[in-house]
Amino acid sequence: MSSRSPASLCPASLPSLQGRGRGWVRVARLLSRSLDRLRRYPPLAPPLQGGAFAALLLLLALSACDREQRDMAGQPKAETQSFVARGDPRAAEYANNAFHIAQGQRLYSWFNCVGCHSHGGGGMGPPLMDNKWRYGGRMEDIVASILYGRPNGMPDWRNKITEQQAWQLAAYVHSMSGRARKDALSARTEEPSVIPEPDLSTTSNAKDENQTAPWGEPK
Amino acid sequence: MEEERTGRARLPLIAAALLLPLGASAFLFASRNQAQPAPVFQPPRPNGAVPAAAASPAEDGQWTMPSKNPAATRYSGLDQIKRENVAQLKEVFTFDTHNRKGQEAAPIVVGSTMYITTPYPNHIWALDLANGGKPKWVFRPHPEKASQGVACCDVVNRGAMYANGRIYFTTLDGNVFAIDANDGHQVWRTKLADISHGETITMSPLVVEGKVLVGNSGGEMGVRGWLTALDEGSGKIAWKAWSTGPDKDVLIGPGFKPWYAADRGTDLGAKTWPGEAWKIGGGTTWGWVAYDPATKTLFYGTGNPGPWNPVQRPGDNKWTTGVFARDIATGQAKWYYQSSPHDLFDHDDINEQILLDMPVGGQMTPVLVRPARNGYMYVIDRRTGQVYSADPYGFINSMNGVDLKTGRLQMVKDKEPKEGRVVRNICPTASGTKDWNPSAFSPRTGLLYVPHENLCMDEGVMQANYIAGTPYVGADVKMYAGPGGNRGVLTAWDPVRRKPVWEVKEDLPLWSGALATAGDLVFYGTMDGWFRALDGVTGKLLWQVHLDSGIISQPVAYRGPDGRQYVAVLTGVGGWSGALVSAQLDKRDKSAALGFVNAVQDLPDKTRAGGRLYVFALPR
Repeated sequence: MSSRSPASLCPASLPSLQGRGRGWVRVARLLSRSLDRLRRYPPLAPPLQGGAFAALLLLLALSACDREQRDMAGQPKAETQSFVARGDPRAAEYANNAFHIAQGQRLYSWFNCVGCHSHGGGGMGPPLMDNKWRYGGRMEDIVASILYGRPNGMPDWRNKITEQQAWQLAAYVHSMSGRARKDALSARTEEPSVIPEPDLSTTSNAKDENQTAPWGEPK
Repeated sequence: MEEERTGRARLPLIAAALLLPLGASAFLFASRNQAQPAPVFQPPRPNGAVPAAAASPAEDGQWTMPSKNPAATRYSGLDQIKRENVAQLKEVFTFDTHNRKGQEAAPIVVGSTMYITTPYPNHIWALDLANGGKPKWVFRPHPEKASQGVACCDVVNRGAMYANGRIYFTTLDGNVFAIDANDGHQVWRTKLADISHGETITMSPLVVEGKVLVGNSGGEMGVRGWLTALDEGSGKIAWKAWSTGPDKDVLIGPGFKPWYAADRGTDLGAKTWPGEAWKIGGGTTWGWVAYDPATKTLFYGTGNPGPWNPVQRPGDNKWTTGVFARDIATGQAKWYYQSSPHDLFDHDDINEQILLDMPVGGQMTPVLVRPARNGYMYVIDRRTGQVYSADPYGFINSMNGVDLKTGRLQMVKDKEPKEGRVVRNICPTASGTKDWNPSAFSPRTGLLYVPHENLCMDEGVMQANYIAGTPYVGADVKMYAGPGGNRGVLTAWDPVRRKPVWEVKEDLPLWSGALATAGDLVFYGTMDGWFRALDGVTGKLLWQVHLDSGIISQPVAYRGPDGRQYVAVLTGVGGWSGALVSAQLDKRDKSAALGFVNAVQDLPDKTRAGGRLYVFALPR
């Protein structure tokens, strides 16, 4: 894979020629035969004179060999496929907007995102609060994941939610990994929290239930 | 452990002293290795409980189904490995499945071949036991990738079953396969579940009387549960029994005779729900099926109603969270008992039922014993569905026992989830006192060895919206250790005397099955990778080995082609309890993996993802 020189790349990667030891001979024969055939096709006849064309054709043929390239390691390659135009202006518009983030947070529960991704820690689906992104962590990538789904189980939400909702959800998801401005984040959660709320009425060193308050009343 | 064994060494010293004339070096050698007399082990004292005879054929040295036999005893009659020699157990071979998700399956042994089922993508490996476990073939069913996204609790599979020359197994994307046990070629495939509606299949099929019994998973996705019988020869559907809806869907007819009044009436599977909520009401059947050939009756439980939020589904939500007895030929229901009417806590009733004949009130009675998810050990009459007893086998504070007159579970009002507030310290958790991981019963000791959990939870519920193919839960959960701080327990339960005989506390929740053997040993694994053997009579730890990954699978025992006894287990932590490691979740979120992550935050420090078979035997 590392070598890009045609001599080592193409014939070896043509499965039909592989292992016959005469790969290049067959390629040359194939080329000359197809060149002959093309020459007999009238509209192409004039430009087909001369060695320049042959060289061009050889180059084309060799570059076409690339399409036969195979990675025999068997390990699927990671890839990112984005369906949203790069640098979508909405990314900046939504990402740090308190209203959109709050709306996204509401929709996150409403559309059952929470059932798979929990409150960012993941479950059926991957975590969203860490810095690992299988399909890209930019606003545009998150919107694409939401709208078009992903092959390992993320459903596509196109035609089920509006594009604005997708951007709002993305704004909230984007904020989970600590990337939104702090002053844009909502102070409260949608649901009753399973995490005990800090008791603001007492300081940390006055936890004893039996302790008497300074004014003498039992707590 | 080592100290404990050598601690009571008075007898060995006397014995060794006799060898003094041989010289000091010989003395040392002898006292350590040879002259140690066998420790005296307490003999087992049976209590009169025996497995249902027709459902527990004589030992043949094989392990053809995860539950060992249709009575589901998970007991091997092999006794080469016993309390006296188990300390010498050594690894004889190991095999890497190359799968790093939660391995919940039992290896299957038929003749000189072992079959291993992996989690998604559900490969079946055939290993040649006559040739050091060398792979013979692998079958790759290529399930749909998207199925991973609708599997609630890791992409597990609970194992294959062998019958009449074929291996039967299920795939996460809802297919049932029959393949030739000899060469691994597909015989038939039947698609039963639809992942676009959140349905998956994780259970091990039960093949009896020419029928392949398979149920669906997806109780967290608004799935409507069913159990389907396929024709063993053709793979065609013979009957399908839904867990909710009108009687004709549930296969309830004139032969249905439930013991308790609450279960009598027409179309209760629809009437005990608001509107048409039964259509997305859960009751999936992803656990264990037992079968009694004497009465041609199968027994299995139904899963939780959906959504978890009970406020959205007033009523008893039949026929979820209960146990059915059905006729194998027609699927028609014989009786039903609802363990958790209007379930509040995701207490799927899919756990194993062990078919025993045992004295009840002085009379030998055919019963099924069920260590249920809600924390009660039920003893139920196999013929009628009458509950003889329901005793807690773990710590419970959200229920007040079962009224044996009405059969109804008594709930503690304060622990009932209500919208808009969080209820704290509910014990047991949603995962129950015990989840799917099956117990083992030894007829020699009369004890049921129950690997289970000791966890409690906080829960807040809120309105859930049904969107096909997405979670339908409506609950935020956070789990943590129960009283005592130990998150797991192995309980040896005497079903006749209705009490625990001993308990072994485990730091982490127990998510592996148990194996009992005629050597009076109990094998099980821990989530941090210890594979242990206990004295089945006293619970004393006799042997253990630390393996590459946590164990949440089902250990088995078999006789190899060389006539020796082997014990096999798969490692590979994961499942609901271990998703933190296998799916690399983020433990900062206490509600991750439906709240389980919080209870096992230390797991990544104690083990790692894996997926290996280990086989042990005594030295030659």
